[in-house]
Amino acid sequence: MAAAAVRSSMGLTLRLSRALPDCSNCPFHRSNGCVSGVSNLQRRGSFDSFRTINRHLQTSKGLYHGEEGRSNAEDPDDVVNVVYVDRSGQRIPVKAKVGDNVMYLAQRHGIELEGSCEASLACSTCHVYVNSSHFDKLAEPDEREDDMLDMAPMLQENSRLGCQIILKPELEGIELTLPKVTRNFYVDGHVPKPH
Amino acid sequence: MIEIISSGVLSPGEGCSPKVCIVGSGPAGFYTAQQLIKARQDVEVDIYERLPVPFGLVRFGVAPDHPEVKNVINTFTQTARQSRCSFYGNVDVGTDVSVEELRQAYHAVVLSYGAEGNRTMGVPGEDLAGVHAAKDFVGWYNGLPSCRQLRPDLSSETAVILGQGNVALDVARVLLSPLDILKMTDITQPALEALAESQVRRVLIVGRRGPVQVACTVKEVREMVNLPNARPEMVGADFEGVAEALKDLPRPRKRLTELMLKTALEVPGEKEQQRRSEASHAWGFRFFRSPVEILADPERSRTAGIRLAVNRLEGSGEGARAVLTGEVEDVTCGLVISSIGYKSLPIDPSLPFDSRKAIVLNNMGRVQRAAGLYCSGWLKTGPTGVIATTMNNSFDTARSLVEDMDLGTLDVSVVKPGSQSVAALLEKRGVKPVTFSDWEKIDRVELSRGEAVGKPREKLSVTDHNGHRQEMAL
Repeated sequence: MAAAAVRSSMGLTLRLSRALPDCSNCPFHRSNGCVSGVSNLQRRGSFDSFRTINRHLQTSKGLYHGEEGRSNAEDPDDVVNVVYVDRSGQRIPVKAKVGDNVMYLAQRHGIELEGSCEASLACSTCHVYVNSSHFDKLAEPDEREDDMLDMAPMLQENSRLGCQIILKPELEGIELTLPKVTRNFYVDGHVPKPH
Repeated sequence: MIEIISSGVLSPGEGCSPKVCIVGSGPAGFYTAQQLIKARQDVEVDIYERLPVPFGLVRFGVAPDHPEVKNVINTFTQTARQSRCSFYGNVDVGTDVSVEELRQAYHAVVLSYGAEGNRTMGVPGEDLAGVHAAKDFVGWYNGLPSCRQLRPDLSSETAVILGQGNVALDVARVLLSPLDILKMTDITQPALEALAESQVRRVLIVGRRGPVQVACTVKEVREMVNLPNARPEMVGADFEGVAEALKDLPRPRKRLTELMLKTALEVPGEKEQQRRSEASHAWGFRFFRSPVEILADPERSRTAGIRLAVNRLEGSGEGARAVLTGEVEDVTCGLVISSIGYKSLPIDPSLPFDSRKAIVLNNMGRVQRAAGLYCSGWLKTGPTGVIATTMNNSFDTARSLVEDMDLGTLDVSVVKPGSQSVAALLEKRGVKPVTFSDWEKIDRVELSRGEAVGKPREKLSVTDHNGHRQEMAL
C-alpha cells in the first residue's frame, strides 16, 4: 500500500519535472494500447533507473537504461530521419522521433539488431557503426560502454552501442551500419520478418 | 503446373512442415531456434534439454552478481512461447533417446549442447579434497543439480585459481565479495551460507604466461579493482616491458593492460591507500606460473598447497609461449580451483568428434559427413566466447540450415513425425518431459521465494526424473 503511494507520488514528481510525459490525454494510454509509457513503469514499481522518456532530463552521465522512449509530440521539429544499413548492405530509411533509442527503433522496423541485455550495458549485440559526419555529434561513451564495445567483433573507430544512442535533432540524417559479424548472411537482400 | 506429390507425403495441411530438433536449450539452442522460426514460416522447432529447466549457462554459468547478462532469458522466453516452438526438458539425448532416433523423427537435428566437461590440469594431487574444477564451483553457487553436493572447503586463508579468464575472475569475485552484496543476488542459499562461514581472505589468480596474454576482459578486472574491502596485490616485476608494449596493442587489449598496469604499479592516492590498508581481503594475478603438483597435508590427505613451475615468455602477444625455467615455487593454500577451460563431450559415438579441439567437426555449422545434422554454439567452435559470440555463431548455423531447406539440399518434402514419435519413445522408457509452461510454474515459485528474502529468485534444487515430479507437486 505504501509502496503504491510512493510510486504514484514519484510519478507526479517526474511528470512535473518533465522527466515523464503526461499520458492522461494520449489516446494510446486511454485505450490501454500504450506499450512503453509511464503506466508500465509504475506497474513495474521501480524508478531506480529513472527511465526518462523526455530528452530534457538525463541521468547517469547520459547512460540509457531499459525501455524504449518515444516523444509524444507530433511536432515535425521532433522528426529525425535516420538510415540503417543492414547486414546485407541494404539501406533502410526510417522516420524517427527525438528521444527514440536507436536499438529499439531498429527492432520496431524489423532491422536485425539484437539487444540481448536489454540496454543495460552488459553485452555488445547492438553494436553499430556510425557514419563519420555524425559520429562526433554523439556524446562520449561511458567507460562501461567502451568496456562492452571492447568485446564486440569487428570493432572500428566509429563503433557504438545502439542502445546508448538517443536521437536528438542534431542527429538528422545519421547512418547506422550493422557490422557483418556472421560469415553467412543473406546475399540476396532478403530481410527476415520480425518475430 | 501440377505438383507431383510423392507417396509418403500427406495432404498439404498435414505433416508438410519442416521439423527441426535442437539439442540443448542454452543461448546456442535458443538463438538457433529464433532464427529458424523467423526465416521460414513453416518450420517447427522442438528444443530438447537434459535438465528440467532451460537456458543452460545463462542460468548456471553467468555469475549471480551479473543479472543484466541474464536479461537475454526474456528473448529466449519469447521464442519458447511461439506456437511453432516447443520445449522438452528432462530429456537426456544420448541416454533417453539417441541422436539417430532424433534424425529419423526430424528433418534436421541441431546439436547445441555446449561443453559439460572441463580440461584437467593433469597433475598429481588433482583428485585431492580441496581441488575443484571452476565449472563445478560455479555450478555449485549457481544451483546446478549435479554440483549441489560439492561442499567446497572454505576454511583456509588462501585460495589459488589456475587460469585467468572471466570464469576465474567470477570465482575470485564470489569468494571475496561482501556478503551484503551476494545476499541480494540469485546465488543459492546453501552457497550463501557456506560463504558466510568462509575463512578465505586471499585469492591468487595464476596464469602460465604474462599480463598481455590474460584471457579475461576489462569489465571483470575493473570489478576486482573496485571490490569493497579487498586490495590488489600484484608483483610489479611481472609487468616489466609491458608499458612499452602498450602502443602496439589493439584497443581492447590496450585498455585492459592499462588497467592492470595502473593497478599493479601506480601509487594510489591517500584515500585509496587507506582503503587498501583497511581491507581485510586481498586478490592478485600471479603470472608465469604453471601447476606442477597439488601438495597434500599428510595427516588429512587434503590440499595443503600447490607447487608451481616458473616460466619465462618466448615471443610476444597472443602467440607468446610459456617455457619452463626449471625453478619451482610452493604456495600454501587450502582451496585450488582450476579454471583452464570447459570441454565438450561426444554424447553419441556416431558423431564426428575432434577430441583434441573437443568440437563436432563441421563446416559452417553443417556436421561433416552427416546430412541433416548441424551444430551451433560452443560445440561448434570450442568453449570460448560470450553470449554475443554464441549468438552470431548460432545465426550462422541457422542460415546454413535454412539455405539447405530453401535450395532442397535438405529434403523437407518427406513427412517426418517429429515430437510425436519421440514422445512415444520417451513414454515407453519412463521419461516424463517438462514443458515450457511447467518451467514457468517453477519460475514463478523461484521468483516469489526470492522476493520473500530480498533476492531476484531463490533457485529450487531441481533434479532429474523422479526429483522433478516432486517439484511439480508444489
